[in-house]
Amino acid sequence: MSSTSLPVTATPGSPASASHPFRAGFQRWFSRLDWFVLPLAGAVAVLALWYLSSATWAKDLPNPTRTWIASKPYIVEPFAKRGELDQGILRFTWLSLILVAKGYAIALVVGTPLGFLLGISPLFTRALDPIIQVLRPVSPLAWLPLGMILFGGWKGANVSELAALFTIALCAMWPTVLNTAVGVRAIPQDYMNVARVLKLSRWKTLTKVMIPATLPYMFTGFRLSLGIAWLVIVAAEMLTGRPGIGGFLWQQYNALIYEQIILCILTIGLVGFVLDRLMSVVERRFRSV
Amino acid sequence: MPLLELNQVCKRFGDAAVLHDVNLAVEEGEFVAIIGYSGSGKTTLVSILAGLLAPDSGTARFDGCPISGPGPERGLVFQNYSLLPWLTVEENVALAVDQLHPDWSAGERSACTDRYVSMVHLTAARDKRPAELSGGMRQRVSVARTLAMNPRVLLLDEPLSALDALTRATLQDEIARLRREQNQTVVLITNDPDEALLLADRVIPLTRGPGATLGPGIPIPLPHPRDRRTLPHDPAFQRLRREVIASLLSLGSRATPTLTRDLILPDLEPEDLGRPRSWSSRSGPLRRQERRTVTLSTPADAE
Ligand SMILES: Nc1ncnc2c1ncn2[C@@H]1O[C@H](COP(=O)(O)OP(=O)(O)OP(=O)(O)O)[C@@H](O)[C@H]1O
Ligand SMILES: [Mg+2]
Repeated sequence: MSSTSLPVTATPGSPASASHPFRAGFQRWFSRLDWFVLPLAGAVAVLALWYLSSATWAKDLPNPTRTWIASKPYIVEPFAKRGELDQGILRFTWLSLILVAKGYAIALVVGTPLGFLLGISPLFTRALDPIIQVLRPVSPLAWLPLGMILFGGWKGANVSELAALFTIALCAMWPTVLNTAVGVRAIPQDYMNVARVLKLSRWKTLTKVMIPATLPYMFTGFRLSLGIAWLVIVAAEMLTGRPGIGGFLWQQYNALIYEQIILCILTIGLVGFVLDRLMSVVERRFRSV
Repeated sequence: MPLLELNQVCKRFGDAAVLHDVNLAVEEGEFVAIIGYSGSGKTTLVSILAGLLAPDSGTARFDGCPISGPGPERGLVFQNYSLLPWLTVEENVALAVDQLHPDWSAGERSACTDRYVSMVHLTAARDKRPAELSGGMRQRVSVARTLAMNPRVLLLDEPLSALDALTRATLQDEIARLRREQNQTVVLITNDPDEALLLADRVIPLTRGPGATLGPGIPIPLPHPRDRRTLPHDPAFQRLRREVIASLLSLGSRATPTLTRDLILPDLEPEDLGRPRSWSSRSGPLRRQERRTVTLSTPADAE
């Protein structure tokens, strides 16, 4: 563009430049580049880095080809069960997902009412806020032994499962608690005034006004909680040795078989990504109401 | 005994006195319009009548009993509609019906809801959510919800200010009709003298804040129903309109904002060359010393 002498305020996307046939074609090509070629280039670069690393300074790291060959049986037969700790990758994922679902459910069932209480009552907030702020940053690795101690005395109980659930629920709860509390505090006074003028009962005020008004915040909390629950599962399975995607990773590492570790990492990442997408679809649905 | 009564009511928010010494008495079946400037405390006043706010001093009574909180017998139409956005038109109205008649069967309640929805001509939009409605339609839902509470007094907080002139005229006619048919007691808050004169039996001006108070009421003895087309040519209407506006302006002047400040003229050369000057004792530009004090105020006594 001839913008040397005069300050022109045309931008690359302005109609004047888009009408130019060559430029329009270039832009179309560039937008395709954007969603396909660029991510591919990123993946190739990482692969190259991986090859390079395993060939040079990280001799123990199996290179991509060896990883692929060793992982193939787990991917081609994703639901096979050859032994307790030798199963198809999706079967392991499924086991982990079930554990996460249980722990996540506990987190929501406990966290949502707790968040509501915190949102409604300033007294409650003042009493609990410091302890929540202190407990929130504690790592799952620290909670798990405590869970083992707590449930260790239960006769006939599956202690490792209970401890894992305890850890997942405790770590995943906080986003739900805090977002619900913020949502309750953000309920417009107008809505509460409507409830007051209509003399709605406490129960009706809760179900007809407060919960619907808080839902968007609650779902943001639910989405963040799910992310954390999935993050915690690996740590929980590693420490308890339960079969699952994290347990498999840890077992392979201890058996000095490094080929499937990258497979596990990729699977964990993919599943977490899919879960987050699913939750944000649900979240958007509630936000639009 | 008046149905609704305020006695020496004062209300302040923090340091700001909003209402000061407000006295009001509304008889059963009366239509009172309270007219005032924006920000003068109209919503505060109507919130006290509804029971959403408690006065700092003075008493608010409904039917002889002190008002201790909101209730369905004093139906408030909020200035900003306050519909619940996750409920449809029908569900918003049904909220009030269900609340008032918990003993009715589901069929009776939905029939009653339908009646109020059709009363404000929204039957076609009954399954829409507030976000899908126009401003006027939302306001009508809000009115229907309040009417469904079957209130003894209807408190309307600027129900039509946010609407365009045509919609406003239609809704004014609907309010006039509702009031004629049910002989409803109404307190209408408005900022439009013509609206007040078209609808009310009595117009009360609210002075400009802070510390706003109600001026003397002006009875509007024009017969109902009033025709908006012929009314402006009625000499009695014209006289009353002048009276209302004069009252608003004179009450407004009590608290006319004045702004007093020093005016320092810009430091410009050249100076007055004709002036005799002594070269030896020049101490800077002469005009700097010309400090003037001006008082800015809005003309309030204009008729
Ligand atoms: N909750 C509150 N806290 C503090 N100040 C308030 C509050 N509500 C109202 N005020 C103040 O009281 C004054 C009157 O407010 P109010 O809403 O009653 O005015 P209004 O006459 O209804 O105005 P409008 O015509 O714009 O609706 C304003 O100066 C406002 O700043
Ligand atoms: Mg107002």
